[in-house]
Amino acid sequence: MPRRTAIVGVGQTFHRARRPDVNIGELCTESVRAALQDAGISMGDVQAFVVGNMELFEGRYVQDMWQADFIGAAGKPGIRVTTGGTTGATLACVAFEFVASGVFDTVMAVGFEKQSEGDTRAGLKTVSDPLWIRWLTTGAIGYFSRQARYYMRETGAPEAMGSVVRIRLAEHARRNPHAHLRMDLRRVEDALEAPYLIPPLRQTDMCPASEGACAIVVTCEDLAQRMPQKPVWVKDWITVHKEAMYIRGGRHSVADLEMAASRLFKRNGISKPMEEISVAEIYAPSTWAELEWLEAYGFCQKGQAWRLEEKGSFYFDREFPVNPSGGVVCTNPIGATGLIRVAECALQLRGDAGEHQILRKPTLGFATAWGGSGWTVAVLLSAAKN
Amino acid sequence: MKVGIVAVSQTQFGQHSQWRPQELTYLAVKEALGRAGLSFREDYEFIVTCSSDHWDGKTLSDVEHGEVAGAHLGPGEVKVAMDGANAVLLGAVKILSGRARKVLVTACCKETQVLDPSVIENFGFHVPYQQLLGLDFLQAGALQASVYMHRYGLSREQLARVAVEERNASLANPRMLKKDKLTLQEVMKAKMLAFPITDQEVRPPCDGACAMILAEEGLARQLTDRPVWITGFGSCYEKHNLGDRDLASPSALSVASREAVKMAGIRDLAKQIDLFEISEHFSYQLPLWLEGMGICQKGKGPEAWSSSKLESPFLKPVNPSGGLLSGVPRYVAGANRVLEAFLQLRGEAGGVQVQGEPKVALAHGTYGPAAQHHCVIILERGF
Repeated sequence: MPRRTAIVGVGQTFHRARRPDVNIGELCTESVRAALQDAGISMGDVQAFVVGNMELFEGRYVQDMWQADFIGAAGKPGIRVTTGGTTGATLACVAFEFVASGVFDTVMAVGFEKQSEGDTRAGLKTVSDPLWIRWLTTGAIGYFSRQARYYMRETGAPEAMGSVVRIRLAEHARRNPHAHLRMDLRRVEDALEAPYLIPPLRQTDMCPASEGACAIVVTCEDLAQRMPQKPVWVKDWITVHKEAMYIRGGRHSVADLEMAASRLFKRNGISKPMEEISVAEIYAPSTWAELEWLEAYGFCQKGQAWRLEEKGSFYFDREFPVNPSGGVVCTNPIGATGLIRVAECALQLRGDAGEHQILRKPTLGFATAWGGSGWTVAVLLSAAKN
Repeated sequence: MKVGIVAVSQTQFGQHSQWRPQELTYLAVKEALGRAGLSFREDYEFIVTCSSDHWDGKTLSDVEHGEVAGAHLGPGEVKVAMDGANAVLLGAVKILSGRARKVLVTACCKETQVLDPSVIENFGFHVPYQQLLGLDFLQAGALQASVYMHRYGLSREQLARVAVEERNASLANPRMLKKDKLTLQEVMKAKMLAFPITDQEVRPPCDGACAMILAEEGLARQLTDRPVWITGFGSCYEKHNLGDRDLASPSALSVASREAVKMAGIRDLAKQIDLFEISEHFSYQLPLWLEGMGICQKGKGPEAWSSSKLESPFLKPVNPSGGLLSGVPRYVAGANRVLEAFLQLRGEAGGVQVQGEPKVALAHGTYGPAAQHHCVIILERGF
């Protein structure tokens, strides 16, 4: 019988474009220390480690090996999993599984990225198949400008919508001390002055390259109840992948997102996700993706997300808070990003998010990660044990 | 609940210029699914792949390996970016956690497309203290071998014998890289790569993939009448900085094997385990790992290993398959150890089948500079 699993501690570094003051190991250590402190435990209580990042982005090899000395994994069991953009969320899922299976009682997941040490764009370009589509690959910007144009065409959303989303995220990020871009963007007109990357995608619509790390402590029911922090219970999680040829036939597809959320909600008896889920931390690398994906996850009808955005429904203090942390558009240390979504959700459900704490009563949290050829990991967290 | 292995498959190892990495994985997946009677994408809930971005030459190598394993809008996928034995371990954890009832595990590496492995390996050392020394895994291994020989007064010949026995054992193994018979003289006179390691005492680079189907107890019994159970597993990191480690005493392996046998309810490793399939990337590692697992006293590894080849041994067969020195791709290595042990327990190992119906086997995988991470898996015959 699988055991109940809970998140009892989270830790994040401060995120910047460059952190020349620390090396990768030291960066990870900051998040590990923060997570241990938050959980009120010592390193001796952690039985195993789950670690990961983007394998190629720092231009390094087997990072887990030399991370071991820094994060305290030396002399302990550990595994390294890397699934691209979803790495962070996958780390959390593997940690849940280690605890749920009864193999370990307390596990720490650590994700990081230090992009200034390598060339992210060069690394990302090699995602595409070298025989068929690498020559026309334009990295994340190419993919998401296409996605934005598709969303505008399908739903009739005006071009300014990207900037409307950005203003909300900027407001959220200013309230989150851990966010990377805490810009003073307050009016849509100001955001619309940002230069185009590839139209209709503007610089302000796209996520930054951040450096930072995140760690969480996952433990079993017995121990969770004896720990100082209010446990956040892990309700369910799912992974759905998509084919490697993600632009085959010119089609744009979010079938992986739709399948992940519909399966997850169905097996947890969630029929009205926007009413039953109190906070969503979704991994959307661009403002436009956030709109389209809220629809794909089934929170609202197709074409409705931008109208709700216009009404301001997704602000942290409104009816359905989306990315109260400022989201991926404000902070993106890739290997940690998915884990930050899970950690931020946990903070919200605990009521410990500080200035960006949602006003709605936190009951269920929905955290996702996205990456690869368009694949997704979704996690459902709960404030109550059930 | 127990986890069973119900079917395995493996491509031929060698230089496969005609196949892309994911095509190698597909060959293995197709074969394994066929043997278990499962249909592609439909009949399993999760996929654990094992590959390396660096050796595949692309970011997110599991985009392709996952797809050919059936991940498109089907079972979920996770990639393990370390030795293949860890993929088997994670597959077992998936089932024990109740997240899946059947799991497909794959491992693949196309090593021969990398012209100079030492460039990649060098980036696996910590900057600035060790990378700038120009170390690669061969040199780290050579340092470890030197410490080991010096500490216990071992001779080069004792280590060279390991390479000879391993390689010659593999001649009868249809699944290994095809090679000629080797003599002690040849190894002793072979080109010195980094003292004391010659070019006959390293795992030769090659390409290949393997796949296996894991299932929870009840399903495993339905899928095969001859399941093999995974009864225990353990893994452990050692310190990274070579200067912080006692290289002649692999403490991470001691922890990993202790945890694995504890989980499997085994008290005496040497007596209760009938068969060992161990990962040795260099000849010195085989005896050193035997010491690390506590099978024999420190410094007595070469003698213990020789004993496993005798008529009345104190140690049961070690690497009857021929070991990694016979040619197994990195990343596939640990999974291949599990696969060979599985075949032995089922009595299907062909020309290298050991006598006397082995019941319990130990499979081991390792990776990193001077073998920084170890993973041990205990298998038991379930029929």
